[in-house]
Amino acid sequence: MNLDFSQIVPYIPFMLEGIWVTLKFVSVCIIAGFILGTLLALCKITNNPFFKWFANAYTSIFRGTPLILQLMIIYFAVPQLTGYDISPFLSAVLAFGLNSAAYVSEIIRAGILAVDKGQTEAAQALGVPYKLMMRNIILPQALKNILPALMNEFITLTKESAIVSVIGYLDLMRRAQIVGADTFHNFEPLLFAGVIYWVMVYVLTSAGKVVERRMRLSD
Amino acid sequence: MIKVKNLIKNFDKNIVLKNIQTTFRQGEVVAIIGPSGSGKSTLLRCLNLLEQPTSGTILVNDEEITASESDKMEIRKNIGMVFQHFHLFPHMTVLENVTYAPQKVKKVKKAEAESIAKQLIEKVGLSDKMDAYPNRLSGGQKQRVAIARALAMDPAVMLFDEPTSALDPEMVKEVLDVMKDLAQTGMTMIVVTHEMNFAKEVADRILFLDEGKLIEEGEPALFFNNPGTERAKQFLDKIL
Repeated sequence: MNLDFSQIVPYIPFMLEGIWVTLKFVSVCIIAGFILGTLLALCKITNNPFFKWFANAYTSIFRGTPLILQLMIIYFAVPQLTGYDISPFLSAVLAFGLNSAAYVSEIIRAGILAVDKGQTEAAQALGVPYKLMMRNIILPQALKNILPALMNEFITLTKESAIVSVIGYLDLMRRAQIVGADTFHNFEPLLFAGVIYWVMVYVLTSAGKVVERRMRLSD
Repeated sequence: MIKVKNLIKNFDKNIVLKNIQTTFRQGEVVAIIGPSGSGKSTLLRCLNLLEQPTSGTILVNDEEITASESDKMEIRKNIGMVFQHFHLFPHMTVLENVTYAPQKVKKVKKAEAESIAKQLIEKVGLSDKMDAYPNRLSGGQKQRVAIARALAMDPAVMLFDEPTSALDPEMVKEVLDVMKDLAQTGMTMIVVTHEMNFAKEVADRILFLDEGKLIEEGEPALFFNNPGTERAKQFLDKIL
């Protein structure tokens, strides 16, 4: 076994740039997935049969098929179908954002259902309209309870983002592969990328703990 | 001010309220009593449409709230409610709990809402808990905050759904005292309760429900000393 990290030194700036690329699209996906997921969760708990059906069908499709397949359909099949030459960034954001929304919606739905029904009644008895009740009373309590599950989803998303390397998007993972191919040394760049992924997840976890602590102030 | 006519409420096949007729007058304190499962709470919850009546009409100040086009939210602004289990908003401080609805629902300015809230919180004796979160309060204190929260909307009627049933015995009095004070201000109050002494002392009228039927109503002195029905007599014998 001969590890030789000196070989990859010239490539380090190239690989570090991948952090930014990964972070950029992961953060967009997290935000998009969270917003869309919240809307889907609200659809699932309404009495409107159409919204309910739509949200459940959506979740079923995006949870029921592999993420890599969704990504490839969006990147390779959309141009063939519509003639629109979709960029890797947009494909990645669409695939990961839409996929994450399905998972997030289930987490949030569970969180909303776990909030005491008395909270809804108290708000109704005060004449608080549905929208305000959800925004100011139910969702804040739901979010507090589901924060660990939500963090888990964000961590998964950050790591699974490495899948975008299959459509040639120059994220951290793809860059590690390129360096490996260039230098004929695979272990070192992959190990380097692995450490960076771990650090990113560590930072995300720590941030989650801070938020959780702040939300538990009222306990 | 509240007229209830032919009120019927079913839960699936289970008939909970059978043809209730009664009137609640302005400034009156009415105690609704009866065995568990007699429909007391359901009747109360129909009055602010937390339960939708199956049939029958409820008129508040001659406006039919059971009409399909009536605006539930608008009606509820005028009817305060206090629950057995308080249902304070746990992520808000005492002050925020009391100012939330006036600010968001009645669009009262923050400063004004806070000054009203502070007066109310003082009235229920909790000025020192203004910035505390609900889980730092005892049951009795929570219920007093809940009363202040409902009063902050300046309602015309207050509904109390077994307000002392979830409290430790030594905390019952502090809540009842607040309610007595409130009764003396002329507030219209409808109280579902198992506190017979409170009903005797404070109520102007007693409604006795059994198995979903309003089987007796009358002044407390008369009702407690000389109930008109056998069922009410049995009930009172058991609990007094």
